Amino acid sequence: MAIQNELTATLPITDPMLPRLTRVLVRRREGPETLTLELEAGAAAPAFLPGQFNMLYAFGIGEVAISMSGDPAVADRLVHTIRAVGETSTALTRLEAGDHVGVRGPFGAGWPMEAAYGCDVIVVAGGLGLAPLRPALYRILAERERYGKVVLLYGTRSPTDILYRHELERWRRRLDVQIEVTVDYANGPWHGHVGSVTTLIRRTDFDPLHGIAMVCGPETMMRVTALALKEAGLKEDAIYLSMERNMKCAIGFCGHCQFGPHFICKDGPVLRYDRLGDLLRLKEI
Amino acid sequence: MFEIVQLGEQAVITLEGLAALLFGLKRRDFRLIGPTLRDQAIVYDDIDTIADLPRGWSDEQDGGRYRLVQRGDDRLFGYAVGPQSWKHYLHPPMLSLWRAEKRERGFEIIAPDETLPRFAFLGVRACELKAIAIQDRVFLGDSFTDPHYRRRREGAFIIALNCSHAGGTCFCASMNTGPKVEAGFDLSLTELIESDVHSFLVEIGSVEGVELLAEVSSREASSEDRAQAEAVVANTAANMGRKMEADGLKELLARNLDHKRWDEVAQRCLTCANCTMVCPTCFCTSVEDASDLAGEKAERRRRWDSCFTMDFSYLHGGSVRNSPKSRYRQWMTHKLSTWFDQFGTSGCVGCGRCISWCPVGIDITEEVHAIRESEVK
Repeated sequence: MAIQNELTATLPITDPMLPRLTRVLVRRREGPETLTLELEAGAAAPAFLPGQFNMLYAFGIGEVAISMSGDPAVADRLVHTIRAVGETSTALTRLEAGDHVGVRGPFGAGWPMEAAYGCDVIVVAGGLGLAPLRPALYRILAERERYGKVVLLYGTRSPTDILYRHELERWRRRLDVQIEVTVDYANGPWHGHVGSVTTLIRRTDFDPLHGIAMVCGPETMMRVTALALKEAGLKEDAIYLSMERNMKCAIGFCGHCQFGPHFICKDGPVLRYDRLGDLLRLKEI
Repeated sequence: MFEIVQLGEQAVITLEGLAALLFGLKRRDFRLIGPTLRDQAIVYDDIDTIADLPRGWSDEQDGGRYRLVQRGDDRLFGYAVGPQSWKHYLHPPMLSLWRAEKRERGFEIIAPDETLPRFAFLGVRACELKAIAIQDRVFLGDSFTDPHYRRRREGAFIIALNCSHAGGTCFCASMNTGPKVEAGFDLSLTELIESDVHSFLVEIGSVEGVELLAEVSSREASSEDRAQAEAVVANTAANMGRKMEADGLKELLARNLDHKRWDEVAQRCLTCANCTMVCPTCFCTSVEDASDLAGEKAERRRRWDSCFTMDFSYLHGGSVRNSPKSRYRQWMTHKLSTWFDQFGTSGCVGCGRCISWCPVGIDITEEVHAIRESEVK
């Protein structure tokens, strides 16, 4: 019996689970367990939005969701910053220039780049959470005149864990961006902030009525950051978080990434706080 | 023999007529799947003729209980649903997605060659048709299409069945999903046994159904035949083993995520995942990567997974849903509440499988009732 669904009747059969092959162009160490891979995008690679992610496949090991962390204006490269935490991410960090990687994507909903036009933009990153925010920063800086005040508040464990250090130093020299970096503990030479990133929010001056926050980091950090942003006057619908959950397919079929009604893979990963708030307060959702 | 010209028309065929229908499907090279008797249960499997059907059998079902019993008559479809559902064929438990082979530099990905015969399903109940429509929404949805599901689904010929026997755990009448078959079939059957006459009222649901039925000896359905068939489903509807209070379920569960009943049900739940395996709408899967010992060849497989496993929500460092309480809550709130947000429909069709096949007899209707009652107080 014919399917009672006109949507698919005319679609050709393509397989969204089939990766395309790309090669590693550049491999750059970022920190003790973290490195950045630059992959050849190839002609088949669609443009991506800041905040989206790819599924990267390491031969015979597995596939893992990794956010896009490159400049969205650069079409010929896929840039991914990866921390070796599991089998697949470890295998990916062992790849050398010239090696093959399977890629599916880009997937998911990104940062509200257009909604933020004319607004003060508060970007709050915790640890590796800076990676999915970097494409948003590239975009903002490329269209600087479209945005109000731009602030990046970045918290990380220690000075040696700071990602994209040279870039941050370069951006800090600009007079139209405020960049604050804080560490949990200061090993070696460090004369910056020490303490949690939320303490920086209280010290930051922005217009809460015309402001948008983009937040990515560990879930606990995002929860307290969102509360601090609310205290500073931002409305819940002006706070965006990039959520993380186990993902096997990235297209809403495997069910693993559900967070209440949301599929993090296709409704997210970037979700507005007013749609998450109640669930974030509950354990084990 | 009369001539059937339009959809929705009804005819009556005999046992021989049903046999001829199945023969017609086999002759067209369909892979014919229907109810069979295996491992002391009714199982959907390959069949050739009506002799393969569980003639004269029925079942007794209750929380954590499923037993076959002899009916004492010759009904071919005198039982409720068994442990299996049609998702076994449309969304197989294990599937090879693709293979990869090492090359001199890097590797190559090889897509599977999926040439499949068309399925013909015999005896698809109203609740199961609804479950298939629900999985259609999941796999043929707005943004992505699962080509594996689509290939199996598009070609399927469906002979639906109006239930003559309400199972002890059935509650389709509460969920508005049965027992009368409404749409989404090629042909539908109502089995009629009246003073030694064994026949089937057939309703035509598609052009292909018309063509198939035209090859079979049939007569036009009389008003008595229709009345008899109506009485069969009315009787089934009146004898549902369970009842679910379905009104406002989505909101009821959404506002009770921290209800103490979740702790209570977690005392009984073994997190065995049986309910998700037997559920006709549960669609979750995982992927497995395998390689040969030499590391030359790799394969990516998809298999059914369950939100009851610890692995399901694993995120670097641990599982998000550690406690049985949170895993049961995830399953039930997804089925009855967040499914509406995601797919615009309930994820439960009232087939009762999760109740019968739960080893400790946890009853989804009872769990809902407990939460609802606590609000009334």
